[in-house]
Amino acid sequence: MIWDWDYTRELLPSLLHGLRYTVQATLLGYVLAVLAGLLWAVLRRSGNVVVDQAVRWVVEFVRSTPLLVQLAFLYYALPATGVRFSALVTGVIGLGLHYSAYTAEVYRAGIADVPRGQWEAATALNLPRRRVWLAVVLPQAVRRVIPPLGNYLIAMFKDSPLLLVITVPEMMHEAQAAGSPTGRFLEPFTVAAVLFVFVSVVSSVLIRRLERRYGTV
Amino acid sequence: MWDVIEAPILWQGAWVTVQLTLYSAALAFALAFPFGLAGISRHAWVRAIGRFYVEVFRGLPALVLMFWFFYSLPLAGLRLETLFAGVAALGLNYGAYGAEVVRGALKAVPKTQFEAAVALNLRPAQRVRRVLLPQAVPLMLPTFGNQLVELMKATAIVSLISISDLMFRAQQLRSSTGEGAAVFLVILVMYFVIAQAMLLLVRYLERRSERTLGRVRAEGAAR
Amino acid sequence: MEPSDASAGVLPKGGTPGIRFDKVVKSYGGNAVLRGLDFTIAPGERVTLIGPSGCGKTTILRLLMTLEKADGGDIWIGDRALTHMDKGGKKAPPSEKHLHEMRKQVGMVFQQFNLFPNMSVLRNLTEAPVHVLGDSKDEAAERARELLEMVGLAGKADAHPSQLSGGQQQRVAIARALAMRPKVLLLDEVTSALDPELVVGVQDLLRDIARQSDLTLLCVTHEMNFAKDISDRVLMFAEGRIVEEGPPEQIFSAPAEQRTRDFLQAVLAT
Repeated sequence: MIWDWDYTRELLPSLLHGLRYTVQATLLGYVLAVLAGLLWAVLRRSGNVVVDQAVRWVVEFVRSTPLLVQLAFLYYALPATGVRFSALVTGVIGLGLHYSAYTAEVYRAGIADVPRGQWEAATALNLPRRRVWLAVVLPQAVRRVIPPLGNYLIAMFKDSPLLLVITVPEMMHEAQAAGSPTGRFLEPFTVAAVLFVFVSVVSSVLIRRLERRYGTV
Repeated sequence: MWDVIEAPILWQGAWVTVQLTLYSAALAFALAFPFGLAGISRHAWVRAIGRFYVEVFRGLPALVLMFWFFYSLPLAGLRLETLFAGVAALGLNYGAYGAEVVRGALKAVPKTQFEAAVALNLRPAQRVRRVLLPQAVPLMLPTFGNQLVELMKATAIVSLISISDLMFRAQQLRSSTGEGAAVFLVILVMYFVIAQAMLLLVRYLERRSERTLGRVRAEGAAR
Repeated sequence: MEPSDASAGVLPKGGTPGIRFDKVVKSYGGNAVLRGLDFTIAPGERVTLIGPSGCGKTTILRLLMTLEKADGGDIWIGDRALTHMDKGGKKAPPSEKHLHEMRKQVGMVFQQFNLFPNMSVLRNLTEAPVHVLGDSKDEAAERARELLEMVGLAGKADAHPSQLSGGQQQRVAIARALAMRPKVLLLDEVTSALDPELVVGVQDLLRDIARQSDLTLLCVTHEMNFAKDISDRVLMFAEGRIVEEGPPEQIFSAPAEQRTRDFLQAVLAT
């Protein structure tokens, strides 16, 4: 069997439509991951041993189990809470929570890198705890966390095809759907693969550039 | 829920997951070293080959690669064993990550060690094999350990091409029992246990390799 | 020359080549370090390079050890050029094989010792003789033990470098360089990284080695007493060239050049 360019042209619109879902899920999931990860990191510094250990093990659990299984779990468990989520929202929650386990570690390391003297100085000035975090610690930690956080955006993009398991019409799902009736999978999956490499290589170049501009000063 | 935990097919599935992890890790390992070494070569074209492999196979999700091997290659005239499609996709993908770890660790060995090897007239291959690699391998271990867990997690995708791993068995059990949430919660715990066991093993290896680096602690110094 | 003890037997003897730098040029990113450097060292001669720090003395040693490539000019060890090969009467860039041949004559001791941390002291000494020179393991180990005895570390063969003091590590590094039976020995500020109380011991060892062998010795140091002690001749290096040379007594007591006087005054003041 040889490559069929007409077929490829026919496929392209639905694959690009799928790519839009892929990008959407990645970006929304990323926002969740960046915020939730920060919450875990701050909770781990709460000074309460029970909270600290509980968060630590939950994060460890989320990080060392497969995203694919977590998505399947959410897909069947979420409706039991009585709220109905669309497949896309379920996917965003799954993707975001999974990666929040990684970003939490990034923040933890970034916060740990802020010199002890900064905490002590803030205490000596009698700053309230909120101000210590918002005005002293986090602004200093942010610069240290930008490069690794950028890498996780790309990692999430590459994990987004897993959403097909819960029927989100992202690109791989569309490619599979396009090939199924005829069994002609060469073109859809090849084009999808090329698009994936293209987007991830381009975005890593972009992220490197952002890092150089805004990264560790 | 107990009938779910006791279902023998889950245990069979867990064993398949462990096996898949080991096969893919072996392939990834076998790819990581040559391509990582290529990354520090003196010859630009060798470095370019290393770069190409890393960029392409790091940029491609293992799932995409696996579907391509499984669905597309047969149409181009090459039929792969199902298991092979899964292992090849995971191995190529994690081999690319591994190659970066190998390259990074080799570059982290102080340049002066390389210079000492030159001054002792070791040949280029000997410099790598006898001086750089023995010092670089202990540096790689912690990251390799984390990647082994990542790889183990990634094996769940093979369920999508009907390899009967833990995730696939769970899907089967879900359709026969209808207890989706319970089944997946149980196998999440099983994955977690496998991951922790792997981490323990890696930590043990790390402690052993620290000694080969000559970072002998006080009790060693007293000998 | 009186080899007073048996250890002299492990030191290389005979067949020592000289060294010649011929209009050697080297720069790092537009910063010219060597600007047409010329000098000659006779076979078996012991020469010390002095001069302001950071001006390229170490570069001279690194060029001889092939750790750097010259941008221009020729470097000769004996009657063979390090910087080029002769290919049908024409100059050709040196192959790795050619460099390998040339390096057989040269050994180097580094400022930071650069012992292999993953190997025992003994293996640091036997690794290259076994795998480069093709010595048998027993042969290499026996020679290594003799060398360790000579540098006063007979009991440390099985220790790891991290278990040794700086002075001990540097003694091992000296023994390791000698284990390759070089004809030329390069010493790159070998006592600069040592605690003050360990400096003299290492210097004494090197002086003994210099007296008991016919190694051609090229040494970079900031220790003027050591330079006086060990060398037949001192080269004052500044701004990419040799500005003055002569026997140590002359350079240290009656330097002719203003730059040498300034340098010596600055060094001796500290």
